[in-house]
Amino acid sequence: MTTHSKSAEIFNRDFERTTWHDETLYFVRQKRDKAAFQIDDWELLRETASQIKFNVLSNLSEYLIQFEENALKNGIKVHWAADAREHNEIVFNIVSEYFEGNIPHDTFKGIVKSKSMLTEECHMNEYLISKGIEVVDTDLGERIVQLAGERPSHIVLPCIHWKKEEIGELFHKHLGTEKGNKDPKYLTEAARQHLRDKFLNRKVALTGVNFAVAVTGEFVVCTNEGNADMGTHLSDLHIASMGMEKIIPQRQHLSVFLRLLARSATGQPITTYSSHFRKPRDGQQMHVVIVDNGRSTQLGREDFRNSLKCIRCGACFNTCPVYRRSGGHSYHTAIAGPIGSILSPNLDMKANADLPFASTLCGSCSNVCPVKIDIHQQLYKWRQVLVKEGHTSATKTLMMKGMSKVLASPAVFKFSGKVGRMLMDKMPFMVNNSLNLWYKQREMPEPPKESFREWYKKNRK
Amino acid sequence: MTSRDQILAKVKQNQPNSVHLPDLSILGKESFDPITKFAETAVAIGAEVIEIQDFSEIQKYINSKYSGKTVRSTLADFNSENWLALSPKELDGTDFLLVEAQFGVAENGSIWISDKDLGQRIAPFITEYLGVILDKSKIINTMHQAYQIIGDEDYGFGLFLAGPSKTADIEQSLVLGAHGARGLVIFLK
Repeated sequence: MTTHSKSAEIFNRDFERTTWHDETLYFVRQKRDKAAFQIDDWELLRETASQIKFNVLSNLSEYLIQFEENALKNGIKVHWAADAREHNEIVFNIVSEYFEGNIPHDTFKGIVKSKSMLTEECHMNEYLISKGIEVVDTDLGERIVQLAGERPSHIVLPCIHWKKEEIGELFHKHLGTEKGNKDPKYLTEAARQHLRDKFLNRKVALTGVNFAVAVTGEFVVCTNEGNADMGTHLSDLHIASMGMEKIIPQRQHLSVFLRLLARSATGQPITTYSSHFRKPRDGQQMHVVIVDNGRSTQLGREDFRNSLKCIRCGACFNTCPVYRRSGGHSYHTAIAGPIGSILSPNLDMKANADLPFASTLCGSCSNVCPVKIDIHQQLYKWRQVLVKEGHTSATKTLMMKGMSKVLASPAVFKFSGKVGRMLMDKMPFMVNNSLNLWYKQREMPEPPKESFREWYKKNRK
Repeated sequence: MTSRDQILAKVKQNQPNSVHLPDLSILGKESFDPITKFAETAVAIGAEVIEIQDFSEIQKYINSKYSGKTVRSTLADFNSENWLALSPKELDGTDFLLVEAQFGVAENGSIWISDKDLGQRIAPFITEYLGVILDKSKIINTMHQAYQIIGDEDYGFGLFLAGPSKTADIEQSLVLGAHGARGLVIFLK
């Protein structure tokens, strides 16, 4: 597997593109700032949201049972999935049972899906397609990456790494748009027509869940495009996939989260549509699949359980200097960025051992997080866990051990400093080479003539 | 043991000691003129806001823009064919839909509507253009007051709607009319 640093190196080969990617995301971060600063109580809102989420985590089993009970009363069917595989099987079985085992081989066989990072986490599309069910992603950005055979590179802005010229080319190939036309308005209209046909001709719609309310048994889905609603209200069968940490206690708590979510994500005061689904439409079936997939384990890790407060706004991505200059795909997981780097090691420590190191620990992520997750501190804590469990490279361990020997003894420290300065001065080739990671993409500094200790001894009066 | 019971048992075992819920009553105290703030915010997110004195102005607006087109409404005093019996798919091709909102939220320019106002759930999404009537006296400041009004309303489907459908997925260029209504006009009465 390619590590984050290797993929980031490849991403950075195109300097102009990397700069463009960096600036585009920072533009979104600035929009977030502008929206946040307009709310006098912004910090109070963040603190309140954080406290509500902590209450949720500390009563999660009770709230889940309460949600199930009320959803059932509302006529919603509730399913429980321990892991990704069970989630995918449940979705397949619901669809299969709906069609009484004979999934029709015509235009009705597919499902229209709005954004759900959980189904990405579960690799659901691949699974359903292998079982003969077509899955059409209906969020514009997700449709673009789907047509290109890619996965989203950002949880809110799935094709933020694509340029309009490339999208024009992709649509020309798949949707028959004019060659060379890269006008966003024209391309969006083409996608609208293409997907309207899918909405009208599919019987099954799948959505994610932004929030689920325990006392009312309803769930809320937020979109700007209206794709979740176009899918569900035209469908005969609505399946909503929900990570179990999406629960909030009461309806009134939605006020806090709906004020924070879109402002943090894109700088909008609220998403265009905040749809509250409480009962199925007459003649419609509605199902909720509650998914664990490692969340209950993370809940038990005291240092990392706060990561389950996440409302998937993506603010930590947009502000992260490493994410902005390495691109979402470098993180090789469904959820990239700083938050993904503390969620993914929980799912597979070995495969994701590189991710907590893809950070400068600058703390900007924690400062913009609307639910006040201590992201950079968790990244630091994961590093310690990963080293202890032996998931870091032998070279790194050796270097760290050597470093700790040097720093533990004043005499060795003094001697190494001298040797280092001498080497940099007399034999620069010893440090200015590809073996030295600090030499990569930058010049080594001029070696100082003397150490601070030497200077201090001389100048002390 | 079923997955449900296994999951719940593990969650119960791993969840920390119970922590109290915070007090929400201290939130939503921002003060501004709700009508001005609502109108400004709604325009900023792509809606058109028209102040009206009486219903005939709406009729005039519709006649001038949608003459000969398919116009539908859930309002009792508005003449339209009985479209509530049509299937949701058959509403494709609606040019203009007129509904009345329960209330508006000044801080974000959104309006609240639920099943009883919509006729059909798909209606405000599938229509090409959407018109919403909003009583000025029913504009409240923030989302905190909004949920106080909603209380325990027994809806099957409820919606905060803020501006027309939009996307910025192509290089962050804002385009109105992604999948839902291409335009939203709010008639303030």
